[in-house]
Amino acid sequence: MKSFDYVITDPVGIHARPAGILVKEIKNYTGCTVTVTKGAKSVNALKLMALMGMGIKQGDTVTVSVEGDNEEEVAAKIEAFFKTYF
Amino acid sequence: MITIQGKGVSAGVAAGPLYFYQRAKAEVKRSTSAVFETEWKRFKDAQTKAIEQLGALADKARAEAGDEAALLFETHQLMAEDLDYEEAIEEALRGGINIEAVISDVRDQFAEMFAQMEDAYMQARAADVKDVSNRIIGILTGAVQGGIDSDVPVILAADDLAPSETVQLDKSKILGFITEGGSGSSHTAILARTMGIPAIIGVGDQLKAEYAGREVIVDGGTGTAVLEPDSDTRVYLMKKQEDQRKLQEMLDQLKGKENVTKDGHSIRIYCNIGNPEDVPTVLSNDGGGIGLFRSEFLYLGCDDFPTEDYQFEAYKKVLSDMGGKEVVIRTLDIGADKQIGYFNLPHEENPAMGNRALRICLNRPEIFRTQLRALYRASAYGKLCIMFPMVASVWEVREAKKVCEQVKKELDAEGIAYSSDVQVGIMIETPSAAIISDRLAKEVDFFSCGTNDLTQYTLACDRQNNDLGRFFDPHHPAVLRLLKLVTDNAHKNGIWVGICGELGADLQLTETFLSIGIDELSVSPRAVLPLRRKVRESNVAQVRDRLLGDLLSDQTSV
Repeated sequence: MKSFDYVITDPVGIHARPAGILVKEIKNYTGCTVTVTKGAKSVNALKLMALMGMGIKQGDTVTVSVEGDNEEEVAAKIEAFFKTYF
Repeated sequence: MITIQGKGVSAGVAAGPLYFYQRAKAEVKRSTSAVFETEWKRFKDAQTKAIEQLGALADKARAEAGDEAALLFETHQLMAEDLDYEEAIEEALRGGINIEAVISDVRDQFAEMFAQMEDAYMQARAADVKDVSNRIIGILTGAVQGGIDSDVPVILAADDLAPSETVQLDKSKILGFITEGGSGSSHTAILARTMGIPAIIGVGDQLKAEYAGREVIVDGGTGTAVLEPDSDTRVYLMKKQEDQRKLQEMLDQLKGKENVTKDGHSIRIYCNIGNPEDVPTVLSNDGGGIGLFRSEFLYLGCDDFPTEDYQFEAYKKVLSDMGGKEVVIRTLDIGADKQIGYFNLPHEENPAMGNRALRICLNRPEIFRTQLRALYRASAYGKLCIMFPMVASVWEVREAKKVCEQVKKELDAEGIAYSSDVQVGIMIETPSAAIISDRLAKEVDFFSCGTNDLTQYTLACDRQNNDLGRFFDPHHPAVLRLLKLVTDNAHKNGIWVGICGELGADLQLTETFLSIGIDELSVSPRAVLPLRRKVRESNVAQVRDRLLGDLLSDQTSV
């Protein structure tokens, strides 16, 4: 498993639309399971409503972990994606 | 006459018969002996159809109300095909319950989850889940879509309108909105504003079913609706409507026009903003650029110092959203009336004259460096001007510029791109800066006069003390003479000068500013068009000698 921590900088956090963009991105990596953790709560990053339900806000630290095929490479791509959008 | 008071979320006055929104209520029957495969297939078919409908609605919304409105339906599409949503449905279907009943249960379950969240924005998403679910149920049961069944245009009343409902409405039939619930950030309020229809929300149980069909006048500015108004009220509100309509029409015609006087003298009209989200209002009011972007919101909204990346994203967003128009970003201006806990600034007896703004930045260069790095990195995405607040001496500007040079060197070494033509300017808000503006002009690319502080410091008069109202006079000749001095010194040195305080939008002074030769006025977005009108009505050649003569005379004119 490969994981990274990320502090949300986007003023709107991971709200409806940004969450949708994330789900779409994660769908590209079928060989991996991606989990987003904030505090004690973890969700599968493919689940839009669950992700929105986390209420991830600007300034929150989330841990993203990737497990599966080419996890190193996929984690790096997802990290870059977070930096661009969140 | 009955007065209903709510919260006005979209300005304007409209009169018409009150009409209650007819919602197609799909009857959801419940069965516990449904066959999973059959029900699952029915769900998948209805889901596909819902996604198609939402795609068409997104196109319609984009055409009527822009990209922001369309995004909403795209989010709905994602919700309709969400894995979590599907899983919840699949699991419930396994229990032998029919699909309509299952969706109605799952809808309530998710809506409840959102409704319980802390953030108002997320709470409003409960309406989205309901909307999407009801759409799928509607497709399954073949229920007809709700709407307005009236030959004449109406004031539309509803408990709360779902976003898709507002877009599907026949706009030619709606004069205004009144809703029982809702919030200012609900999509209904946003759409009403975008479409320019007056709207009042949150009237609660003041709205009664027996009012249907009776005449009502809504004033979206004050949030008041008057049912069966008496003649005085009617005359008053209808006159207000007519005045607003005329004014708006006149102002709308000014969009795209130049800010030029009758005698060909032009001035730039820019906007003051405090948040990247204000940019659409700047553009819709035809602001020529941003003359003051207060960067404090980045610091005020955090529990700790905002990181370079975080700031970079915010600056980049404003610069790229402004599409190459000039954006003046003021560096950190806290202290005085704006205090932030994590800065750990000791209590001061006289904060207005204390450790604030650029003084904090020069005393604590690590804070300053982070902001400047973020600014220079963002400069690659638009036309950036950096402005330092609260300058009193030449050395302060030189020291601040030195930090800029260091930051640029660092970025060069790291191979990070930035624009080579970033302008660096200062605010003129201390009498000292105004008096030595001839020297300061040699150090910078522009001046922007912060008239609120300039007035406060020049008149030694606290602007937050309500008892000093008549002493705090921004029209004071001392302030205006300083503005003239600053402008003359700027122009002698070939740099531009603007005003970014509230005074910039003061139409009584527009001719004075034009006569003095101010190059730019930065005002709140809504003030752009009224100011443009004033500029276009002015003739500087006719008034300049008299206005400047009065200003510089040793006799008081009254």
